[in-house]
Amino acid sequence: MKGSRIVFWLFLAPVLVWLLLLIVLPHMDLLIMSFRGENDYGDPVWTLQNYWNFFREPIYWLTFVRTALYSVITTALTLVIGLPVSFHIAKIARHKLQSTLSLLLLLPFWVSELVRIYGWMILLRESGVLNFFMLKLGIIKTPIEMLYNDATMIMGLVYTSMLFMVVPLISVMESLDDSLIEAAYDLGASRLVIWWDIIIPHCKPGISSGCIVVFMLALGNYLTPNLMGGKNSLWFTEQIYNQFIASFNWSQGSAFGFLLLLLSSLIIWVGLKLSRQKLGEVAS
Amino acid sequence: MDNDLSVRNLTKKFGDFTAVDNVSFDVPNGSFFSILGPSGCGKTTMLRMVAGFEEPSSGSIEIRGRDMLGVEPNKRPVNLVFQHLALFPMMTVAENIAFGLKRRKMAAGETAKRTETMLERVGLPGYGAKRIDQLSGGQKQRVAIARCLVLEPSVLLLDEPLGALDLKLREQMKVELKKLQAKVGTTFIYITHDQSEALVMSDRVAVMNRGRYEQVGTPQELYNEPATPFVARFVGENNAWAGSVSECDGKEVVIRTDGGFHFRCRAKGALRNGDRADLYLRPEAMRINPRETEGQNVFEVTVKTILFDGANSRLLTVTPDEQELLVTLPQNRKFDHIAPGDGITVGWHPEAGICFAEQEREGA
Repeated sequence: MKGSRIVFWLFLAPVLVWLLLLIVLPHMDLLIMSFRGENDYGDPVWTLQNYWNFFREPIYWLTFVRTALYSVITTALTLVIGLPVSFHIAKIARHKLQSTLSLLLLLPFWVSELVRIYGWMILLRESGVLNFFMLKLGIIKTPIEMLYNDATMIMGLVYTSMLFMVVPLISVMESLDDSLIEAAYDLGASRLVIWWDIIIPHCKPGISSGCIVVFMLALGNYLTPNLMGGKNSLWFTEQIYNQFIASFNWSQGSAFGFLLLLLSSLIIWVGLKLSRQKLGEVAS
Repeated sequence: MDNDLSVRNLTKKFGDFTAVDNVSFDVPNGSFFSILGPSGCGKTTMLRMVAGFEEPSSGSIEIRGRDMLGVEPNKRPVNLVFQHLALFPMMTVAENIAFGLKRRKMAAGETAKRTETMLERVGLPGYGAKRIDQLSGGQKQRVAIARCLVLEPSVLLLDEPLGALDLKLREQMKVELKKLQAKVGTTFIYITHDQSEALVMSDRVAVMNRGRYEQVGTPQELYNEPATPFVARFVGENNAWAGSVSECDGKEVVIRTDGGFHFRCRAKGALRNGDRADLYLRPEAMRINPRETEGQNVFEVTVKTILFDGANSRLLTVTPDEQELLVTLPQNRKFDHIAPGDGITVGWHPEAGICFAEQEREGA
């Protein structure tokens, strides 16, 4: 009994050390840093100024609201596309095709996000592949700039997050008994009612965990908004980056980092409350 | 219209495999019709075609005179009780029952009233607010049936719904289902591989094998007058002897079994002298140590074991040529002295044995 205890801690130790050194300690340092500032004489003092700046300067909190709103839109779009895709993979495709389709979903993730985004840029830019073919086919007269706008950025975010929505959805849909769908159909339900009353309630845990992951990924994404979004689409992560790297204001940057963590947790908490679920149920 | 359901020349093929092969039948209004067959005989495919989940390859299905081809399941006047019931776990009992009524845009008050009436009718008054996982197996069964019956379907289809229940409950539900059907008067079509379920509940039974109907008739007809060897083997218990015809005069033949017995029995179909034939004999047709042997087939067997099962007790006996035979052992204390190893005389009336021309054996 005692021996197994020791073995348990022995195996847990690397994880705990990892968590402590790479997650907890740096975050503690950032947390402390976010409360540091300088007084009028340039001496370091404890202050709430860094947090106060976020609410006082509209550019900061407006960027956050924009980021959060677009992340919600991204999540919703990913869900709307992901539901039929995962239903097809889990229920309609035959066994052999099923694994092929899952593999196809996974395949883009074998290359780094940066390469994928550049791939999109090659496709979409003014002198890109898509414009080239549309000009050749005579669909358009002059090339269109499809990059650097909000719609393209959201498309990029949806593309990047699709896998993280579809995987949990497939696993909950596989546990749905086909005869429930047939029974509803037999009792007179239309396709829409079957989705709304049977499939979605059953998939709730998968939907929630998928949405949380996609929302967090979109909110914390830096590459996609930065490369595809252009000058006018400022993402909150870019604000943080600017504070750390451009302004070299580490205190302000860490304050923004913690605000992002707090506010996004708040949004997820509200989302769970609205759908009457508990985090524990979703995580299991 | 006298028939709730008419099926004509129904065929369903999956690739090269013919699941249902040119089947025709009628189910009269308000009757309890069973389709009995071994697993893989095509009975579920048949039911799914009636419900609308499978399209027939050819043939027609009419419900109350209306052709059902191309009509979607949610538009058909039939409802299906699924094998594993398929109750919606995310809804309460009342919501489950009201599901179909809501789809018909029925007013909330009327829906609630009908739901409560239906719960009373299946013996579950006041259960509406319960969750599905709070119900026992038998209660779930009744909710599944209530959920369909509340829609007042022309035909209620049941796909082996008793299969998941334990034996005691199954026996009880058999009687309850039969009573419920008599009470509501809806036409029930029940498919099962359990011959006892089919015999106890049904007005008429179709025995199905390899996608075809072997015989359609009342339970008594199937049991007493099997039309094919398959029915003789599948419905109830039967002892089988292989042999050849040695004498034949119209309805009666004498069979010389491979073990050397000569038995007089009834013939089904045309048999001629020298034909190979199979003789089927029910365990209860044999009398142990009969007092009168005049005109009967009599022979000696040795008792191997006593298979005691209350009123259904039997003796497992062997003939001198090592053929095993089941003989019913009446529990009237007259045969308490019989012990394994004893030799007994067995006699049976020629009317009780049925003889068919030998066929290629199929998996029964």
